[in-house]
Amino acid sequence: MTEQPAADEGAPGEGTTDGGTPTATDTADGGTPVPTASVDAALASLEDDGLRGYNYAYLDEHTKREVRRAMLKAVAIPGHQVPYASRPMPLARGWGTGGIQASLSLLGPGDTFKVIDQGADGSVNAANIRRLADNTADVTTTTDTTGADLIQSRHRIPEEVLTDDQRLVLQVPITDPLRNVDPSDAANRRRHAHANYGKMWVHLYENVVEYGEINIAARYPTMVAGRYLMDPSPIPRWDVPKLDDADHLTILAAGREARIYAVPPHTAVEPLAFTDREFTVERFPDQACHACGSTDTYLVEVSEEATDRGADAFETRYACNDTSFCEKRREHPELSKDHHLDREGVDWGPGTPDAAADDDTGSAADQGGTGQ
Amino acid sequence: MTLLEASGLAVRYGPGCPRCLESTGDREGTNQCPHCGSVVACADADLSVEAGEVLGVVGESGSGKSSLAELLALERDDDATTAGEVRYAGHDGNLLDVDYETRHDLRTGEIALVHQHIRDGLTLEFTGGGNVAEQLLSAGWRSYEDVRERVRELFEATEIPVARMDDPTSTYSGGMQRRVQIARALATDPDLVVLDEPTAGLDVSVQARVLDTFRRVQREAGVAAIVVSHDLSVVRLLADRTLVMRHGRVVESGLTDRVMEDPHHEYTQTLINSVI
Repeated sequence: MTEQPAADEGAPGEGTTDGGTPTATDTADGGTPVPTASVDAALASLEDDGLRGYNYAYLDEHTKREVRRAMLKAVAIPGHQVPYASRPMPLARGWGTGGIQASLSLLGPGDTFKVIDQGADGSVNAANIRRLADNTADVTTTTDTTGADLIQSRHRIPEEVLTDDQRLVLQVPITDPLRNVDPSDAANRRRHAHANYGKMWVHLYENVVEYGEINIAARYPTMVAGRYLMDPSPIPRWDVPKLDDADHLTILAAGREARIYAVPPHTAVEPLAFTDREFTVERFPDQACHACGSTDTYLVEVSEEATDRGADAFETRYACNDTSFCEKRREHPELSKDHHLDREGVDWGPGTPDAAADDDTGSAADQGGTGQ
Repeated sequence: MTLLEASGLAVRYGPGCPRCLESTGDREGTNQCPHCGSVVACADADLSVEAGEVLGVVGESGSGKSSLAELLALERDDDATTAGEVRYAGHDGNLLDVDYETRHDLRTGEIALVHQHIRDGLTLEFTGGGNVAEQLLSAGWRSYEDVRERVRELFEATEIPVARMDDPTSTYSGGMQRRVQIARALATDPDLVVLDEPTAGLDVSVQARVLDTFRRVQREAGVAAIVVSHDLSVVRLLADRTLVMRHGRVVESGLTDRVMEDPHHEYTQTLINSVI
């Protein structure tokens, strides 16, 4: 990484501490260039100028161009993993560095940016990524899904329907769905090249043998445009159908693995399943969000202190995973997931709670215990 | 009807030189070229297999049996230089020149290989049933119940305990693993199965059961087979016709009974005398 430029150094461009004009306090052995006597003063000076010397949107233009090129290629070959350079970012690889590079390459000053981490806008990782974009790319940030031009997300697709004006960037820890069945990337690339997915089907078969249904919680293997098998990132099964024939562009970017792939708008995305063991989403029978009462959203179990039942008592409650939509629902309980669209009844994600309940009783009974 | 007709098959490991062929073989008593050091695993091999027929290939260790078998089963080895021509019923052109796609289709449908080494043929982490199912799923089966039913059927046919179907293959005994390979090979009703040392590493009673099972299933399904073995009794039991290989060359061929009872080639005579 480049060092932070000295506070009083006016050199534009990338951090050029080494080759640039030495400052008064710059020591020969390359010690701290921040001219200060105390930590507080150092922090104050960084707050002013810490980002001076960085390019717009943190990455230099060549890097952004390379990432964009990879994205274009990914769009042209839906579901195919396109390699890119993956620069070091001010964050450990595997913590969203791929997503950040994709987002920063796409963002412009007029854009509104939203970052979600497992459904929440407020978690540390999401807040930091949002702040990085805010500081370096001069974008407006929001937590409102409908107001965002670009949404970077880890492990969720928002509940509210995304439109063709919006782009979704998903952070990807592991790019190849086949790695579950064969650790050799070389062999797996050959399998992708020839659409030879027999081993993954065996994995699904054994899943049914063991559980009576395909019980892959996240990273559900998914065919894109009938050609490439894709790891849709660790989104829950609940979110996978949202990618099918979606209006928005989805970019999936992995920093550690240096791969980018994409689902262009209106692309067929089909989760692998048997004709007699169909793809199912998570079910939350008889549960509703304790905060907003929703029954048609993806719920998570939260264990909270139940002080009314005495000290050290805990209760398990269900809550919407998408915090921004939950907040809206709390104010308008009847708000639909497509409330912001001109059209109505947009098919987005799993159906209504009634349909889900029907599906539940039907398929669970059929599928349970047929393993032997 | 001739199912497969091969001529001039050759497999070479190493750089090769113009004198490789004349310097190796039975008469020279070696399969390694003294000029360039290449190993001519097999050369000038001609053979044909009729539909439903079993062809045996015998020879000592290193005589080129496995190289020949893998070549015929379209198992590609990137280190090897191959030559020759294989005509296969219902396919135009040389089978050795087909692209990956066609080869994959053939291997999941029409030509199956039972590997000499279990690890080459099975994924031991998968269940026994899963290994057999892989063949069906690769061939495009998409109904779970159908796959399940077929796997159960094959387990019964090859006498693997159906109760062990959903256990990891690594927990199976050697004989069971061998039979899983056979079940897998037969899964998609191929026309031709190539068995490379189907009884290697098994004790005699298990050998007998594996062979018995295969012979029965082979006759019932009417599938043609090429059985490669160093063990004359295996070939005697299974094969209608037999090839004898030595130093990478076919030294004798004929009806199995004829070869066993009236061996012409000196090496075959030694081989048979040493066994019986």
